[in-house]
Amino acid sequence: MTTTPPSTPPASGPGAFASSGPLLEVKDLHVEFRTKSGVAQAINGLNFSLEAGETLAILGESGSGKSVTAQTIMGILDMPPGHIAGGEIRYRGQDLLAMKPEQRRLLRGVNISMIFQDALSSLNPVLPVGWQIAEMFRVHQKMKRKAARERAIGLMKRVGIPAPEQRVGDYPHQFSGGMRQRIMIAMAIALEPDVLIADEPTTALDVTVQAQVMRLLKDLQTENNMGLILITHDLGVVADVADKIAVMYAGRVMEASDVYEIYAKPGHPYTKGLLESLPRLDSAETRLNAIPGLPPSLTDMPTGCPFSPRCPYATDLCRNELPELLPIVGQHTSACHYRDDIYHGRLQTPEEAQT
Amino acid sequence: MSLPNTESFDENAEVVLEVENLVKHFPVKEGLVFKRQTGAVQAVDGVSFQLRRGETLGVVGESGCGKSTLAKLLMRLEEPDSGSIRFRGQDFLAMRGEALRHMRRKIQIIFQDPYTSLNPRMSVGDIVAEPFKLHPEAKPAQGVRKRVKELLDVVGLDPDHINRYPHQFSGGQRQRIGIARGLALNPDVIICDEPVSALDVSVQAQVMNLLKDLQNEFGMSYIFIAHDLSVVRHISDQLAVMYLGRLVELGTDDELYGAPSHPYTQALLSAVPVPDPTLRGDREEIVLKGDPPNPANPPSGCRFRTRCWKATDICVTHDPELTVRPGVTQEVACHHAEPNTRVLPQEV
Amino acid sequence: MTELNRSRAVASAGDPAPAPEPKKRSQKDASLWMDTWRSLRKNPWFLISTVLLLVMITMALFPQLFATHDPRECFLGRSRQEPSAEHWFGTDIQGCDYYTRVIYGAGNSIAVGVIVTSSILVFGSLLGLIAAYFGGWVDALLMRVTDLIFAIPYLLGALVFLAVQQDRNVWDVAFILIVFTWPTMARLMRGSVFSVIHNDYVTAARALGAGPVTIMRRHIVPNALGPVVGYAAVYTGIIIGAEATLTFLGVGLQLPAISWGLQLNDAQNYLQQMPHLLTFPLIFVAITVFAFTTMGEALRDALDPKSKKR
Repeated sequence: MTTTPPSTPPASGPGAFASSGPLLEVKDLHVEFRTKSGVAQAINGLNFSLEAGETLAILGESGSGKSVTAQTIMGILDMPPGHIAGGEIRYRGQDLLAMKPEQRRLLRGVNISMIFQDALSSLNPVLPVGWQIAEMFRVHQKMKRKAARERAIGLMKRVGIPAPEQRVGDYPHQFSGGMRQRIMIAMAIALEPDVLIADEPTTALDVTVQAQVMRLLKDLQTENNMGLILITHDLGVVADVADKIAVMYAGRVMEASDVYEIYAKPGHPYTKGLLESLPRLDSAETRLNAIPGLPPSLTDMPTGCPFSPRCPYATDLCRNELPELLPIVGQHTSACHYRDDIYHGRLQTPEEAQT
Repeated sequence: MSLPNTESFDENAEVVLEVENLVKHFPVKEGLVFKRQTGAVQAVDGVSFQLRRGETLGVVGESGCGKSTLAKLLMRLEEPDSGSIRFRGQDFLAMRGEALRHMRRKIQIIFQDPYTSLNPRMSVGDIVAEPFKLHPEAKPAQGVRKRVKELLDVVGLDPDHINRYPHQFSGGQRQRIGIARGLALNPDVIICDEPVSALDVSVQAQVMNLLKDLQNEFGMSYIFIAHDLSVVRHISDQLAVMYLGRLVELGTDDELYGAPSHPYTQALLSAVPVPDPTLRGDREEIVLKGDPPNPANPPSGCRFRTRCWKATDICVTHDPELTVRPGVTQEVACHHAEPNTRVLPQEV
Repeated sequence: MTELNRSRAVASAGDPAPAPEPKKRSQKDASLWMDTWRSLRKNPWFLISTVLLLVMITMALFPQLFATHDPRECFLGRSRQEPSAEHWFGTDIQGCDYYTRVIYGAGNSIAVGVIVTSSILVFGSLLGLIAAYFGGWVDALLMRVTDLIFAIPYLLGALVFLAVQQDRNVWDVAFILIVFTWPTMARLMRGSVFSVIHNDYVTAARALGAGPVTIMRRHIVPNALGPVVGYAAVYTGIIIGAEATLTFLGVGLQLPAISWGLQLNDAQNYLQQMPHLLTFPLIFVAITVFAFTTMGEALRDALDPKSKKR
């Protein structure tokens, strides 16, 4: 282990990176969408870090900014209307946002790679899947046609596609949804990236297939010692695979922690509400504890804490002052004025306090 | 075992809907000009069940299992090839013209996608009032507009928003508008086709609670179609598991979640992630091989045998009937039916 | 199949589109028609084409408001004059005031355009609607007929049929153009209906027991007509051009009718000596076609549901 401070920017060109500091670090990232109807604050000051071999789950509902986060890290955000208003994304210490587009393109797929929710629209329908996988080797490693094809077959076998020798010439529509997702995973890991971003990788799949694909991702991560960013809305999937979790709401991280901590002792009313409102297989409770109201409009954010209009514990402090993401214990952080009380279960709603 | 999940449901209640041996095959045609039939997608193949007043029957299965076709058959949006649907003893499938139109008032549907289920060019008031336009005989005495406002209130929307248009509402709110339309004619049965799967987690619970409350208040029966077993658990009294057009297991909620006995049900339950990281590795994990077979060409014998770890020769040759089997209280279509309690985390 | 589509529809309904609650919109009228109107009002091309069209249509309906002379008041003695203060566009071979003639020409040209387009809009859309709604053999039959006629270039068809006819007025020309151009609208409408018919609100109406006419009138037509109407406006421009072309080729309108096509036809023999005879009617044809086309494009943009935020 070297002891270089993580902030030292490496002066070398692409490909050579300082191996100190976190694998990927996002610092105070701000992204907005500038549309006719106003400026939507999609991400407001996002911070997290990811180490090799680690799985970070970014959990959120639609509009929480979780997919925008993924697109921003990959550098595939549509700009305009998207606009990066500030912050840093450091990969092995080097700021991706300060790089030239050409330099950044060289990292994409090689060092940082991504899989999407909808495999059908992510694969080219007029090219055989084997060709699409082999292209990764041909373009990036200047491999010969035949050798690339061999590698493609090997990869298809690795991601669990039966009889890859026969299926290497098939087209995307000839595969089932689960198989297509496997092909996309094969393409994403082809060049053995350090960071894999999976944006709702199993949402479009059936439950039984979901389990297969999740297991495959997990196995590949261990094998290649990748950092995995799992973007999802599914608290169940997160509980199964994640090491760390960041809960996003209205473009902010509301709570971040080790996965065991957060499920056992949530430190934010939103996380707590989500966990309580979730229909659970192991409970036959007829009524669910729903969170009232709706997520705020990104163009018209409430003052103070964005969750305050829906929060049963909200006080005037919450409605006026935006809480910062601060630690509760150790690595467990929460953006709630009453994080300690929530964490220790000491907080009461106004109604509870009256009775 | 958990407490019975039957707040509003009485086991001796009147049977509202009785479905017997329902079959629907969609022909697969080939050829450009002269089409000839080369096979049939067996979307629904011999489905039978009963639905009582105030009861919720959950129907779960993966995509392509035929659950959406079943919903269309029950609504008579598709005509079945054979079988019978009896509504309060009357033969629903024999109804024509006026009788059918009248019967449609009694069975309503709530759709999955709140974005395509409402006509974007109609105001909320017109959408919810449409049932009364089509069934003038059911027009409320107090006036349509007043009733529409009442309905909006019942589903938790602001009645003053009656003149707004669908695009001014969020997904969850739109789903409420769809529910108000479904409620308008006081139906006896509402078919909920994945009503919450398109919604965000925090909104899902609101809509689930609303559906439950409405049932308690008005006493209608639900057929709740879903792919998510944890959602179904909270609302259903009975549960039917579908695979490739057939019911493979049918029983009460407690039976199916307590002691799932068909290998497919067990696999489905085992695959549902439970939001509790401490349970990692505690549950028996059954990861099925491969994908569901093509419904146009299902396997011989038991349709699940190609993915089943218990399959033997008898499964290839003999199609298992859906019936009560030794050691199991619910109906199971498996030669090797055996309760398995290890796939589900038990309640603490 | 439908299951797959469903899951994809849901997917697109989820992230990443931030779905802000549009609560701040004006409360009184926020229907999609009003939205369309609002976005049109902001479109400068729409405003320009509206002004041009208003002028052109007024010209067509009340040419006397614009004209300086009587169009039939011709004196051979002043034939073929250059543009002057007295005769802004000069005079033609017969010695008629050319400016007045061009103004009066608008009537026939725009009449043909409007008659043809409104007829094919009604007739073509109706056939497209019926084909798409009922499907099966109805669709197959109607679409084969449509393809058959679509295969004939409308100018060629019109040329052949109009050439055999001795006396041709506006209605004859319009009729032949209708016969050969309706398939475009029918196909467009059919496609548009297909994209609407599988929406759940149509299924919901069927489940409520609504009949085909109610479903088409209340749910399908209002949602499917948008793109077709936009294209119809574009098509009006094309038809006006077609009329001018046919008349120029000598198979359209005949003297003593006044039309841009006829003026162009006359002018071609004097192109060398009197280029203004060709230029002025051509400019008017171009402006009219441009106005209709731009209007159509603007309408299409505003009415296209795909460009709308869901």
